[in-house]
Amino acid sequence: MLTFLRRRVVSSAIPLVFVVLGVFCLARLTGNPVNLYLPLSATPEQRAEFAAAHGFDQPIVTQLADYLTSLLVLDFGESLRTGQPAAEMVLAAFPATLQLAGVTMLIAIAGAVLLGCAAAYRPNSLADRVASILSMTAASIPDFWFAIMGVLVFGVTLEWLPTSGVSGGPEVWILPIATLLIRPFGVLVQVVRGAMVTALAAPYTKVARSKGASEKRVVFGHALRNAAMPALTVAGDLTIGLVNGAVVVETIFGWPGIGKLMIDSILQRDFAVLQAAVLITALTIFALNILIDVCYALLDSRVRQTVPA
Amino acid sequence: MTPTTAPPARQPEPGAPPPALRVEGLTVDLTTPTGELRAVDGVGFSVHKGRTLALLGESGCGKSMTAQAVVGLLDPVARVTGGTAHVNGTEVLGLSRSQRARLAGPVLSIVFQDALTAMNPVRTVGAQLAEPFRIHRGLSRRAARERAVELMDGVGIPEPRARARSYPHQFSGGMRQRLLIAMAVALEPDVLIADEPTTALDVTVQAQVMELLADLQARQGMALVLITHDLAVVAEHADEVAVMYAGHVVETGPVTEVFTHPRHPYTRGLLDSVPERAAKGRPLHAVPGSPPELGSIPTGCVFQSRCPLAADVCAAERPRPRPTGPSRAAACHRSEELASD
Repeated sequence: MLTFLRRRVVSSAIPLVFVVLGVFCLARLTGNPVNLYLPLSATPEQRAEFAAAHGFDQPIVTQLADYLTSLLVLDFGESLRTGQPAAEMVLAAFPATLQLAGVTMLIAIAGAVLLGCAAAYRPNSLADRVASILSMTAASIPDFWFAIMGVLVFGVTLEWLPTSGVSGGPEVWILPIATLLIRPFGVLVQVVRGAMVTALAAPYTKVARSKGASEKRVVFGHALRNAAMPALTVAGDLTIGLVNGAVVVETIFGWPGIGKLMIDSILQRDFAVLQAAVLITALTIFALNILIDVCYALLDSRVRQTVPA
Repeated sequence: MTPTTAPPARQPEPGAPPPALRVEGLTVDLTTPTGELRAVDGVGFSVHKGRTLALLGESGCGKSMTAQAVVGLLDPVARVTGGTAHVNGTEVLGLSRSQRARLAGPVLSIVFQDALTAMNPVRTVGAQLAEPFRIHRGLSRRAARERAVELMDGVGIPEPRARARSYPHQFSGGMRQRLLIAMAVALEPDVLIADEPTTALDVTVQAQVMELLADLQARQGMALVLITHDLAVVAEHADEVAVMYAGHVVETGPVTEVFTHPRHPYTRGLLDSVPERAAKGRPLHAVPGSPPELGSIPTGCVFQSRCPLAADVCAAERPRPRPTGPSRAAACHRSEELASD
């Protein structure tokens, strides 16, 4: 298992280098921060002084070299806007996103397993049809439309829920989570149902029944363990997709997470914060991928053996 | 301990008690897009404790479906629409799912044909072999695991304690079939149905698996229903045979008698197709044609279109099984003519 982990970490490090280089170069294509931060009336001397103070007068290769050297000692630079260390700002915003994504995925997985199993247990039954229509709809609704309609109906018209922000009771979670939830939930129900239909029709399910196993044991002890693997792959992918969803949801609902921080730092040419946010998000995604692979290997011994040397 | 080559008990018991398994008039219908089809029609046979009955027939004749109907594990498209199956005198076809689950293992057990897919790929074989003890005996995980290791030892798996932690894909086909058999006989069932237990295996492994079954039968005294299309397996390992064709049992009786003096033209056709019995230099005999589709089974005898003896009565009336000797029967209008051959 340790060899398995080490291999995965090493193979993840290479794409990470490309992420760092890519973000550094792309950020600088968004425009010159000097023009944004100084008034139009600023003199050329003032502009030069501002650029020199933040290192923007150096050739881009030198800037990159400086950035990479400081990265080695975990120095992510300071925010242009607030002067705070960029890493500090990102880490402060991170828990809000993690909480949102974590709660969303837990609800999505639990709900999808229950609904997917119920649907697969009796294919073409009423439960199956309802699950099918529900999940198809959920998987097809665009999240930004759902968010805006949610705000309009429950926030503005009915005034049941707050339209944005995190101050208040548990009700502030409802719309952001519902918005993030619909797509992963819809997709997962379909995946779990499909995998469970296959698993329940498999010969080993029949053999389990021939041993006198209860239906609970057959469904959860035998079939679901096999169905868990495709579901896990898709769930991992969807979790990563939640980072994209978080940008939309956090912007619409004013959720102070990493998605909102990214958008704000792009709009304000706050390169250090943007770079730190993307790098830390990328690291999280790599960690998540490794976690998924580990779960996969734990679930199925065949995976452990087929990892290339 | 490895299995010995002890042959199964073949002597009929005096003052015979009721059979361990008696199936009568079993009928199974399939729901298909084109309508209802009858896959098994009025099948009957019985097998006593310690004896082996072979259910012989070609692919698609309904023998596997008969087995699955008896153990209550038909696919959702199929259902029992008639008949009875008595296990130790208790009718089982009408039992509820949970009542059947209580019998599955300690009373009535089945070995499925495809050993490659019949074991759960993501659970260790130890856990799977321990399951019968967990379910029916309520043993702890550890105690059940011990029994699983003993079972593996009993079917000739080397180093059973270490191998119990392995997964099914780490075993060869023959070993997997041994594991499946071990799982089926874990609770010493009264009746074991083995559905083509040697189909996917090569010949030497086939022989070992059949020996294992015979050995287990000798030790546990169970009644064995051996489902096969292999005439040699029947001749070597079965006491009685029920020959199936197109969902019907066409002939039953002791193997030695049925194989030396078949009283149904289908049985005779099958036996004449065995290369060892054919005369040298003459083309090998084959039963002409192929079995009827389930949707177009004729009204009279199911075998009439391929039968060399077919007469008007065969098209008009379906023959019922009639005694053709002591403990023998054949469903043929013209079985007397075969007797005089």
